[in-house]
Amino acid sequence: MTMRERFYRVAQELLDADPRVAVVLAEIGAGELRPHPRLFNVGIREQLMVGVAAGLALEGLRPFVHSYAPFLVERPFEQVKLDLVHQGVGAVLVSTGASYDGARSGRTHQAPADVALLRALPGWTIHVPGHPDEVERFVRRAAAADGNVYVRLSEEVNATAFDSDELVVVREGSLGAALVVAVGPTLEQVLAGTSDLDVSVAYLCTVLPFDAAGLRAALRGTNVVLVEPYLAGTSAAEIAAALADRPHRLLALGVANEEIRRYGTGPEHRALHGLDAAEIRGAIAAFLAGSPHPGWGIAPHPLPATISA
Amino acid sequence: MATTTKLGYDDLPGLLTVLTGDEKHDRSSYSTLDVLWVLYDRVLHVDPSAPDDPERDRFLLSKGHGPAAYYAVLAAKGFIPVDSLAGFGNGDSALGYHPDRLLVPGVEISSGSLGHGLPIAIGVTLALDAGGSDGPRVICLVGDAELEEGSNFEAIQLAGRLGLGRLMVVVVDNDSSTYGWPGGVERRFELEGWSAVRVDGRDHDALEAAFAAAGRDRPRVVVAEVRP
Repeated sequence: MTMRERFYRVAQELLDADPRVAVVLAEIGAGELRPHPRLFNVGIREQLMVGVAAGLALEGLRPFVHSYAPFLVERPFEQVKLDLVHQGVGAVLVSTGASYDGARSGRTHQAPADVALLRALPGWTIHVPGHPDEVERFVRRAAAADGNVYVRLSEEVNATAFDSDELVVVREGSLGAALVVAVGPTLEQVLAGTSDLDVSVAYLCTVLPFDAAGLRAALRGTNVVLVEPYLAGTSAAEIAAALADRPHRLLALGVANEEIRRYGTGPEHRALHGLDAAEIRGAIAAFLAGSPHPGWGIAPHPLPATISA
Repeated sequence: MATTTKLGYDDLPGLLTVLTGDEKHDRSSYSTLDVLWVLYDRVLHVDPSAPDDPERDRFLLSKGHGPAAYYAVLAAKGFIPVDSLAGFGNGDSALGYHPDRLLVPGVEISSGSLGHGLPIAIGVTLALDAGGSDGPRVICLVGDAELEEGSNFEAIQLAGRLGLGRLMVVVVDNDSSTYGWPGGVERRFELEGWSAVRVDGRDHDALEAAFAAAGRDRPRVVVAEVRP
């Protein structure tokens, strides 16, 4: 079962069991849920979708708002800022279509800055699950809470679920070894890419609030590598704050901030962004060897031939 | 049930003077003043001693800028102290140039950026409908130029199709939309299934009648025409 399928199943159960829960959709997902008095499909009206959620929350309901990431976070961003945060009410935003999941659909269906945008607003809890079991845990917990919560679903899935909001050390390197923090669904590629390196690997699927204490405890050297499935460096400020009193170096790997005029598959785009095991290994090895940061560009790739009239 | 009158309509110019320090408060300077007064004096079921009463009518001021008239009416009706008006816009005042619902009792939404109130009002309406409460109405005030924001049309369409009879919109039409609304802005609502009426926005009896005539079978728009 995919993360998305798990979300729909849990959302239906919550609608049936919890009179506070409501779900607001803008067509996407509407065919996956049974009709319910508190299921509101507002049509293709994403600004309204968030405004409606705010109105529901003002009346004491706990709205879940679900759509493709660009239409949930980017298009109605002012509604998220004002109708939710500024009104002082909370909703649970659950996105699908993470970063390059929609590579075949092109730029319009990609929002790798989703977490960077939401972390620019105050008070958010942000979950980046790497497994459907984690999705269910975060969704059920969010239903019982009141604040603003983002749950980012992806098509990439880890082999193992972790039952923790804190930074979990998955593999111990030697004393003084670099710490590689794999965020959400990057874990499998990170584990494969570092299998022959002397590094510690930690997993993190709740990036706000950030587990600063866990990072400090896990870091036994000075080198930190952050591997994120979205815009590179999104959580770099949290790491800098957590380690403000400790000399350290940081390599942040993630999705490049570039306009990629190329379709294809998610895994193909993952490779372009340097997030495959081999590219991760190479970047970490160069970092540990003292090479300059390679920058956040994408790998060289041919553009599709343009079509002449 | 209208609220208990603390001060009267004739006191409003004095309250506006306290707010702004400007003694020249011709009522034409405040396009929303008469609509707000009629709502709070004759229409809304709201009580300053119980601003969170679940059975209250919900009034959402979407057109949040120029809130002096709003604050003056709230003060006149006992929601906020008259002496709070003097700090208007100051750092230690709860009364800013755009209202904040968490700072001012009786204010249902924080507003200022245009085009947000009506979609939120639909959410409030849907929640009240889902909760099975028949009483409260949801009234949202927008400006004619504010309706240029596309988010309003997402809301106007949906409210009409869903037949949200609990919802009323009052458009204060002071002809401030640069490109205007040929045929009247109410046509955009009627096309989507709303009942619509245009009245003199300074005529208190006409405004009251326009609100009172709303049925519960579909949403209602009252266009309050206010010419300087």
